[in-house]
Amino acid sequence: MTATAPLPDLTETPEQPAARRGLLDALNRTPATRTLTAGVILLLLLSITRVITGADDLTSSGTMGTTLRLAIPILLAGLAGLWAERVGVLNIGIEGMMILGTWFGAYGAWQYGPWVGLLLGLLGGAAGGLIHAVATVRFNVDHVISGVAMNLFAFGAMRYLSELAFTGEQGGGISQSPVQQAAIPRFNVPFLAGGQIGNWKSPDMLGWLENKHWFFIGDVAGIARGLVFNISWATVIGLALVPLSTWILWRSRFGLRLRSSGEAPDAAESLGVNVTRVRYGGLLISGAFAGLGGAYLSIVASSYYRQGQTGGRGFIGLATMIFGNWMPTGALGGALLFGYADALKLRRADSITALFLFITFVAGLLMILSMYRRKTVPAIAAFVAAVLFLIAYETVDEVPESLTQATPYVVTLIVLATASQRLRPPAHAGKPWRPGEGH
Amino acid sequence: MTDQPPTQPPAQTPALPIENASKSLLASVTTPTSNPGIQRSLVTLGSSILAVVIALLISGILLQVTGKDALTAYQKMLDTGLQSDKLLEMLQRATPLMLSAVAVAIGFKMNLFNIGVEGQYLFAALIAAVVGAQFSVWAPLHVLIILVVAMIAGSCWAGIAALLKVKRGVNEVIATIMLNYIALSVIQWLFDSFFRDDSVSGLNVKTKLIPESGWMPDLFGGRLNAMFFVAIAVVAAYWVLVFKSRFGFRLRASGLNGVAARTAGISSGRMVIVALLISGAVAGLIAMPSVLGEIHAYGQGVPKQLGFAGIAVALLGRNHPLGIVLAAALFGFLDSTSGALQLEGIPNSIIEVIQAIIVLTVVIVNEAVTRSMNRRTATRTARQLEAVVPAAGVAAVPA
Repeated sequence: MTATAPLPDLTETPEQPAARRGLLDALNRTPATRTLTAGVILLLLLSITRVITGADDLTSSGTMGTTLRLAIPILLAGLAGLWAERVGVLNIGIEGMMILGTWFGAYGAWQYGPWVGLLLGLLGGAAGGLIHAVATVRFNVDHVISGVAMNLFAFGAMRYLSELAFTGEQGGGISQSPVQQAAIPRFNVPFLAGGQIGNWKSPDMLGWLENKHWFFIGDVAGIARGLVFNISWATVIGLALVPLSTWILWRSRFGLRLRSSGEAPDAAESLGVNVTRVRYGGLLISGAFAGLGGAYLSIVASSYYRQGQTGGRGFIGLATMIFGNWMPTGALGGALLFGYADALKLRRADSITALFLFITFVAGLLMILSMYRRKTVPAIAAFVAAVLFLIAYETVDEVPESLTQATPYVVTLIVLATASQRLRPPAHAGKPWRPGEGH
Repeated sequence: MTDQPPTQPPAQTPALPIENASKSLLASVTTPTSNPGIQRSLVTLGSSILAVVIALLISGILLQVTGKDALTAYQKMLDTGLQSDKLLEMLQRATPLMLSAVAVAIGFKMNLFNIGVEGQYLFAALIAAVVGAQFSVWAPLHVLIILVVAMIAGSCWAGIAALLKVKRGVNEVIATIMLNYIALSVIQWLFDSFFRDDSVSGLNVKTKLIPESGWMPDLFGGRLNAMFFVAIAVVAAYWVLVFKSRFGFRLRASGLNGVAARTAGISSGRMVIVALLISGAVAGLIAMPSVLGEIHAYGQGVPKQLGFAGIAVALLGRNHPLGIVLAAALFGFLDSTSGALQLEGIPNSIIEVIQAIIVLTVVIVNEAVTRSMNRRTATRTARQLEAVVPAAGVAAVPA
């Protein structure tokens, strides 16, 4: 659709001004511009909310830093679920594999230093993935049952090992490990967040901008600074796994085989793909990611192992995967969203009510968009949501922490119940399959 | 998934002249010598025992690797577990497991995976404890009302997942997982904001105490709560409802082959809702042994993770009433020996490890045995046919 040769559009309504339509079209053309537009609009709304409510923590670099720290384990769990389902196996056992990761990560970090800890956590998770693979791929056990067993096993086994390895050590016990001495190094990006170059400390430009609290610019600076200030190298690794996953899964030969095993294993097998081996590979990677997420919890997000440290993050990861439509970037978005809600709660609980106003704005915008597109039901739904959240903003002083904890799960159920038409899980994920029986 | 179809008829037999051979010939070839039902039960029992033995072997290796003596541990477990007071404790610990397993098994029979038993029973425990503390009537009636309230609360929570599945097509596994965590949050919120008894201070916070008329009596000198017999009754009701009633037939038919059942006029949507509601109702009873028999309120003492343990018990018991009772007894036995193990210097969390490994070995052994049985039936049938068919072939195909 170029401007020089416009095709007669029969669905076009005559009273719409051409310029507005053109602008919307231009912004809506590719996924990249669409995401960018949506991001800028959401940010604008967020700055408006901040100015109105005065809740500076909404866009402060501190909140963003915490968001990132909380989002990485969820992201890794989400990627773990994604790798498993892309290869055709449901992974309910992510939580258990993360538990393995927290324990082995903490043990390795306590004994041999943080980097070895991360590696051991990763291997621990991969071992969990291997067990899941043996059960589901070799023995064709129901994927959910194997996952449940994995969760039970990891919980009991790590308690057992803790009792053997940590009791009697200083600060250690049945349910927690001794505190680690060293941590993964952190850095600030030069010029943007005042990082060191040699011995010279570069200026902290984003920090300067953020402290001005200018409308929009200050917010952008705050959010950007959170991504470049006091960043652990482990965080960088975690984030790098997103483009890496996308590249391997959608641009490499192994990825094509892997996805084909999850979409149509019979077809893949008939073309010579060794589905069994590919599935073992996918589940090993899945377990490794989950283990790394666990190790991040016990090494980077804290400095010791504690029973129950994963706190259901494996399942939030599963939710993130669904929320992100089985795509790595989607999982990143979901993880950041859930991490943000968590971070806000951790820093200033009263900021949550400011978020209500933000949601009101977003719902209002959605309502206008739906009306513009002549979609009645979504418009009404958005209107009702906007009114409800506005009332909540005006009346609720403090949201009980117990309820905010449920946000990721409720959001996932809403997404599943309302947008399931747009979700596209791998076609064969979770179904039983054995080699050689499809022809 | 866990319910194996009956021994396959010889579908893979050579198809050449058999069309002409009469059906009675086929029947005579395939019928095993003894009663097939009994044979199947024996195989099931045998493979379950095999699975438990394998699990104990693997756990034994784990014990040895970590420097503990497996034989001493197992010896200790047998010695203490078989004392009479420990046997009562075993039944006491088996009570919630039986209920939980029945709740899970009802779902399994309909090919539904209700992972949400965990959230359902905790939610029901809170609601039942709160309602039960509000009034006091004639004791049996009071207990009955509390049990009914618990069942209603449990099925309400399960009903959310059922509605999501039937109305919006949300997979029940994901929905119930999410609902488990939502339940924990909602319970925490309700408890903190409304139901906490502020007169009790310290760590042992709980809801208002249920009046004594609402307590479930302890029997055998306080060693076994009467809820045990309620649980046995529930298992019996499960047997009648699922295996002997018309409703149960429809339920199992929908679970085995949804399309066929729909063709026969069984509404799968309604079966999903009813199955999950019943499952949730049974789940509501799981915490009652501790709420009515021990704490007499809702508080920290209500045990967690029973919903997941129920999945393990249902799998080990193959969703069969008798199997569930035996499997719950085994798990109860293992649990009852944990104290003795700890005294021996062996971390009692090995019990949880053994139980988790049992889940995996049971499903793996089950799968392997079924496959080898099918293969054996097929080869035996083929061999027998080979012996019979040449004659039949001569008769049928003119030379």
